[in-house]
Amino acid sequence: MAPILEIQNLYKNYGPVEILKDINIAIEPGDFLVLVGPSGCGKSTLLNCIAGLEPITSGKLMIDGTDMTDVSPKDRDIAMVFQSYALYPTMTVAKNITFGMKVRGVDQATQARKLDEVATQLQIEQLLHRRPGQLSGGQRQRVAMGRALVRDPKLFLFDEPLSNLDAKLRVEMRSEIKKLHQTLGATMVYVTHDQIEAMTLATKIVVLKGGVIQQIGTPAEIYNKPANLFVADFMGSPAMNLIPAKARAGGTGAQIEIARGTGAPLVLTDQNAPSLPEDVILGLRPEDIAEAGFRAGVGVQQASCLVDMVEPAGADTYVVSELGGKQVTARLHAETVATPGEMLDLSIDMSKVSYFAPETGQRLN
Amino acid sequence: MTDLAYPSAKKSDAFGKIVLRWLLYFLLGIFALYYLMPLFVMVTTSLKSLEEIRTGSLVALPREVTFDAWRTAWSGACTGIQCEGLRPYFWNSVMLAVPAVMISTFIGALNGYVVAQWRFPGANIIFSLMLFGCFIPFQVVLLPMARLLGMMGIAGTIPGLIFVHVIYGIGFTTLFFRNYYVSIPSELTKAAKVDGAGFFRIFWSIFLPLSLPIIVVTVIWQFTQIWNDFLFGVSFSQAGTQPVTVALNNIVNSTTGVKEYNVDMAAAIIAAAPTLLVYIVAGKYFIRGLTAGSVKG
Repeated sequence: MAPILEIQNLYKNYGPVEILKDINIAIEPGDFLVLVGPSGCGKSTLLNCIAGLEPITSGKLMIDGTDMTDVSPKDRDIAMVFQSYALYPTMTVAKNITFGMKVRGVDQATQARKLDEVATQLQIEQLLHRRPGQLSGGQRQRVAMGRALVRDPKLFLFDEPLSNLDAKLRVEMRSEIKKLHQTLGATMVYVTHDQIEAMTLATKIVVLKGGVIQQIGTPAEIYNKPANLFVADFMGSPAMNLIPAKARAGGTGAQIEIARGTGAPLVLTDQNAPSLPEDVILGLRPEDIAEAGFRAGVGVQQASCLVDMVEPAGADTYVVSELGGKQVTARLHAETVATPGEMLDLSIDMSKVSYFAPETGQRLN
Repeated sequence: MTDLAYPSAKKSDAFGKIVLRWLLYFLLGIFALYYLMPLFVMVTTSLKSLEEIRTGSLVALPREVTFDAWRTAWSGACTGIQCEGLRPYFWNSVMLAVPAVMISTFIGALNGYVVAQWRFPGANIIFSLMLFGCFIPFQVVLLPMARLLGMMGIAGTIPGLIFVHVIYGIGFTTLFFRNYYVSIPSELTKAAKVDGAGFFRIFWSIFLPLSLPIIVVTVIWQFTQIWNDFLFGVSFSQAGTQPVTVALNNIVNSTTGVKEYNVDMAAAIIAAAPTLLVYIVAGKYFIRGLTAGSVKG
């Protein structure tokens, strides 16, 4: 299938400042693309470029095979939902939703029919005659979605649409957007700084930092095989443990030696390790460190660690221990009994480990 | 309020507060009287006959109320050689102020919309230059403006005066609208662009309906400025096109023989009435509009 959105070598400058550098993305119809990164990474600018609200400095942008690089927003067949919802304050909900159709000269009967469809779909029929000022945050969010849905566009663009909602509503709307994506089968591009939103919604994630793409992949790829230290640290909560270590080639695979504050260093064996430089950074997800005996498999190894801190979090208990001079978090079962200052036997799943080069931050395996 | 919040406050404290409060009211009352005094004298004097003004006290109420002076001021007082009162000049001012206010407000709204929401390279410089225009003293532009009006063939006419006031008003009206529109999130413009609306469509359908408070502020400001203007009025008009302020000056200064204080006072009140009226009718919007900004929704 031809890509519905294709971005080639896109650059965006504000004066001498490069905001976006050499962006290349292609997505298929039905994809849910999430642009994620810390604030100031250029993700919203990229979305504005896709919408045509910001001109691009160089490169090419195609929507459904048509070159849209210099086409104005209204002719790109897109719809957009904004962070502040951007509802027209003096118009009723109904007029907000039909404004676009009115501007494009769609006849009254079609307007009414489409408004009715969308209102039913989003359950906002009883709000149609209110003004945005009389709505709650969640209701405004729905109206903003309605305004986008009524266009039935090739591409939906979302600019951090959930960040103004409280935590509970955010989770609700998140699953509603996901449902909407599944029922419509529409293509969506979604900007967020929240890595959990990115993981739950996306079929494809683009991680951006400083205007440069760090990694493109499915949520599982990004989570399990982060391309560099930045992605490893940014995606996942609590973050991936990044432990400085020394690697030595051994009889079977590699010997990984991790310094400990007191006592002998912790030595782990990884049979599947690639050839590694002497200094590496070991990346381990908190859930890949478990209580001794709870994990089995070729890569699982036992280690006895000094517990520094215990954080019960309801569903899980986080145990923090110092390894290689870093605070290392392990995600254990809620009922695990651990006492700060005492030793605890843990099993580490070396089959899930990531290696990074300390100088470049790039992934090694 | 504070007494309720602190029921255990000492009695002497409460007493002190009451005394302070009454002292405050007393002082405010004195100031109010002081400022109202001239108006009082104007109104009472305009209702007295000349005979009574000569014999009576300045602050006394009229013994016999007569509206003769008002009638004379409106339609009979002499400005130089003509004796038609203020009436024709009052209508000159109306015909001058109404279009000038409307045009300058509209241009200011459009300018403010562009400067605040359609950022273009150099937008800030252009806005600064417009602001600078607010602070150029009137006297500086008198001669160049006279020359320009002459070249345009509208010297000494009411359209000429309208032109001058529109030009001079644009700086302030742009400032008002720009500061109002700058607080409107730019996402609103973006959403409308995605919806397919163009420059003027967004202005008419989205920004103007939001602007009532700032329109009221601008109209009051501009109307007061233009109605009360004397310098441009006296410089760029000729017999027959003078605004009411110039006519008032002529009535007061050109009478010969007995000085008709009652007519002068009535004329001054007539000349000031429209601006007073605008403040009384729309004054509360003025304060509200100046402090209003962020748009919820």
